[in-house]
Amino acid sequence: MAATIEDAPTTSAPARTEGPRRPSRVGPVLLTTLTWIVAIGFFFPVLWMVLTAFKSENAAYTDPPTLIFSPTLEQFRAVFDAGIGPYLANSLGATAISTALVLVLATPAAFALSLRPVEKTQDVLFFFISTKMLPVVAAIVPIYVVVNEIRALDNIWTLVVLYTAMNLPIAVWMMRSFFLEVPTELLEAASIDGASLGRTLREVVLPIISPGIFATALICVIFAWNEFFFAVNLTAANAGTVPVFLVGFITSEGLYWARLSAAATLAALPVVLAGWFAQNKLVQGLSFGAVK
Amino acid sequence: MRRAPLLPALVFTIVVTQIPFLLTIYYSLQSWNLVRPGSQHFVWFENYVSVFADSQFRGVALNTIIMTLGSVIIAVILGLLLALLLNRHFIGRGVVRTLLVTPFLITPVAAALLWKTTLLDPTYGLINFVLGGQTIDWVSEYPLASVMAALVWQWTPFMMLLLLAGLQSMPGDQVEAARVDGAGAWAIFTELTLPHLRRFLELGIVLGAIYLVNTFDAVYMITQGGPGTASANLPFYIYQRAFLGFDIGQSAAMGVVVVVLTIIVATFALRLVFRSFGAAGSES
Repeated sequence: MAATIEDAPTTSAPARTEGPRRPSRVGPVLLTTLTWIVAIGFFFPVLWMVLTAFKSENAAYTDPPTLIFSPTLEQFRAVFDAGIGPYLANSLGATAISTALVLVLATPAAFALSLRPVEKTQDVLFFFISTKMLPVVAAIVPIYVVVNEIRALDNIWTLVVLYTAMNLPIAVWMMRSFFLEVPTELLEAASIDGASLGRTLREVVLPIISPGIFATALICVIFAWNEFFFAVNLTAANAGTVPVFLVGFITSEGLYWARLSAAATLAALPVVLAGWFAQNKLVQGLSFGAVK
Repeated sequence: MRRAPLLPALVFTIVVTQIPFLLTIYYSLQSWNLVRPGSQHFVWFENYVSVFADSQFRGVALNTIIMTLGSVIIAVILGLLLALLLNRHFIGRGVVRTLLVTPFLITPVAAALLWKTTLLDPTYGLINFVLGGQTIDWVSEYPLASVMAALVWQWTPFMMLLLLAGLQSMPGDQVEAARVDGAGAWAIFTELTLPHLRRFLELGIVLGAIYLVNTFDAVYMITQGGPGTASANLPFYIYQRAFLGFDIGQSAAMGVVVVVLTIIVATFALRLVFRSFGAAGSES
């Protein structure tokens, strides 16, 4: 960071000669430097978490904090020894199956709400959104009672059902906005050529919306993987997901920061990667497709 | 027939999301503590009376408002500043955006853990180090602010992405014309940029509020609502009542109150915002 700050004055000098059309008096290079500093500042806690994960416990507890240490994989080994494996598998299972279910349910629904709109499309759309407004906490009590009643506590399928319901409204809205981008002329041309609806969907619509399906899937993956509230209340040792493991790990290893950082890094990594790929679509997902 | 493709999703959503709420209303009219089997009986509105008489509940409701609105507003302001910084061509813009997006992607439980330990710890925390070797015990002295710091850190990137999308949808010729007319950067910002961004700002506030009013992970991880209920919000308080106090009737009544309040605020706000985006009005 220090290096970029010192660079600024020397490189900003030529900026002044760029002419009167520049709106900013500060100088673009200075602004760029500022942007970089802020970005690194925001990212720094994440970087720090990853660095700490590669430290020995002694190096994690230093005052002042240190950037120089000999990296070790010891902490990651300890996390796997503590049994994160099954939790990772549960998270993976709940995330993958619920996302697949969401796509299977949302794709035809979004189609019925866009290219071949049914009556009351608006009402249906708002029904979907309104389910996301209802605070989850208000439903947890009956959900717990019912799940307990049908003996489905600590069961991965309970999470699958709940995560599907949680992501379905977002997926319907998002997919709908992708369907609406399909040019109607294409559909008309296909029907004039005598193509059946199934064939039109497969050969005309699907290729156009497949990037949208991929983006929707990534958004669902992010939310399902990160979900904690249902997981902590409805699962334990059998069906617990990674966030649940992390919480249990704090109870047992709360004083071992390096080890906790390694666990947190493993927990966050899949979604960070998915999110980096989907960053253009994140807003679209969270705004229910309102913003492209 | 046209409805057929819609039905599976609709039925699934109704069953999984609506039945629990109907049950919540039913439970809220009962006195029922899981610890005392057989205690279940109808009490009509008694639970609601005690919810409104509960001074802790009112304090927690206030915390929820402060936490939600405070975090959303700070995140929107920071997000706007970042979006303005990123709405230019410069070296490494893609990398900068990727770095800035990351806090939003970190699993909330992991993010909260990160804040509680390596950032806010009084002795070894980075924040105190950056402040020049302070030994402030943030989590116990400023519990609400500590939780909000983690929330703002996670939600600023989202606001930035949303507002950046807004800035990039701005017609460039308008700005160019204003500039030719001799308008300064500040005048362009207040008279062209802000009005254009208005609906994006509204959307950011509404969506942020909807997601953040449900905050649970950060409270659970960083403060456990404490000390006392100083940093508890409604989701955490209801969770405590239900899963630590086993009071089904009371927690259901609180849930209903929260739902009613949310619906009042959200239906109105959401309709407004989505109207202005045309998302709902575009069908034939």
